[in-house]
Amino acid sequence: MTEIVITGLGATTPLGGDVASTWAGMLAGRSGVSAITEGWAEELPVKIAAYVKVDPSEVIERVKARRLDRSTQLALIAAQEAWTDAGLDWDAEEGTQVDPQRLIVSVASGIGGLHSLLNNWDAHRDKGYRRVSPFTIPMLMANAPAANIGIQVHAKAGVHTPVSACASSNEAISLALDQLRLGRADIAVVGGTEATIHPLPIAAFGQMQAVSRRNDEPERASRPWDVDRDGFVMGEGSAVMVIETLEHAKARGAKVYGTLAGSGITADSHDIVQPDPTGEGQFGAMRKAIADAGLSASDIRHVNAHGTSTPQGDLTEAGSIRTGLGSAVDGCVVTSTKSMTGHLLGGAGALETIAAVLALHDRMVPPTINLENPEPDLGIDIAALTARPLPAGDLAAINNSFGFGGANVAVAVTNANQSR
Amino acid sequence: MATTEDIRAQLAELVNDVAGVPVDDVQLDKSFVDDLDVDSLAMVEILVGCEEKFGVTIPDEESKNLKTVGDAVAYIEAHS
Repeated sequence: MTEIVITGLGATTPLGGDVASTWAGMLAGRSGVSAITEGWAEELPVKIAAYVKVDPSEVIERVKARRLDRSTQLALIAAQEAWTDAGLDWDAEEGTQVDPQRLIVSVASGIGGLHSLLNNWDAHRDKGYRRVSPFTIPMLMANAPAANIGIQVHAKAGVHTPVSACASSNEAISLALDQLRLGRADIAVVGGTEATIHPLPIAAFGQMQAVSRRNDEPERASRPWDVDRDGFVMGEGSAVMVIETLEHAKARGAKVYGTLAGSGITADSHDIVQPDPTGEGQFGAMRKAIADAGLSASDIRHVNAHGTSTPQGDLTEAGSIRTGLGSAVDGCVVTSTKSMTGHLLGGAGALETIAAVLALHDRMVPPTINLENPEPDLGIDIAALTARPLPAGDLAAINNSFGFGGANVAVAVTNANQSR
Repeated sequence: MATTEDIRAQLAELVNDVAGVPVDDVQLDKSFVDDLDVDSLAMVEILVGCEEKFGVTIPDEESKNLKTVGDAVAYIEAHS
């Protein structure tokens, strides 16, 4: 099967405005969670979130920014970094560096342009229809981040936005992997974005009892697998990768971080929000990803878990990892970087796939911070509190993402073949 | 009563805010679309901004006639 390699990384997250600062923050075990500073939080039971460290207004030119939802602004920042990191020119004329007919974009958002939707509804309700921006629709549509990236890089072989809640960006990565393997393109911009720190989704997730209310200790609020966890922390941000066929990467002399080795998708079709407690869909996705990558469970030395810090979700996933890997679970270091970044929803899968790629590349698994008192009998080896080294040699990792609606998407990556 | 130049200057600020056109480029003889590169959606925002700023009403059917900065200034002068 055609080998697909990862040649560019980009991110803007609660830990930093780029990949380097985000990765350094992860390895150091820093929390990106803080108090919500806007006044509306006073009315809500949940007063914490993980804002991006660098506000997009500091990066994107003002007139351009006002036509773009915050989620798209973040995606463009991450995409520009990934594209540049891949050795490509963000402002190149069409067709001068990559064949537009062989370039796709697959960038997801779980919710879409929420701020644009709600702010324009506010304007309509308070001041009448004339105050509704004519840019509202192209700002709120879920495919706006992908479409704006596509316009920038002149992608003409398809611009995709799979939506599966918090599994969305892993699904976007999986979709692009398939397209490249099918020979429909040579290179792809893949990832996800989310910007939903707004009273409505905070209130709505709060009403579900899904988010942490540890308001007095924001940095300690996201604590996957800890006995005192009480829900996830909403984060915002974007992560984007450039992936391409090995042949295409070699032809243009691109550096290679690792291989996007496989993916596995299942659906629980069990409940609209609760995971199937048997974990069948979750470990099924992991097993499919391992098989798709041509690997064995014993090759998987690291799992970046979905690990959102919810009471039930973390337990179900621990069981799924045990079942998915079988006896090989003993040789696998598990972590949840959401302990530091919060939950980026539709951006989570891509950010955590990048974290898995870098963990293999640097042979260091970032910690699960705040895991002071692990649940008993988890049966998985978690990099609690401090980063954990990985051994020399060929390594493979899996990133899990699970979404409301029952979507489970596991992505398998391997480190760059040393001989290449 | 605001002068033509006052209105032009305020409109120029609005065009700058919405579309990033330098204020000095927003002169009476300039076409929004052909000279200032203002697209149709930005034009809607500019005209709504004029309604707020100058207290005029610009019906959708009238907005099609406001092709130049001078057209818009004249409309505002006549209706404010």
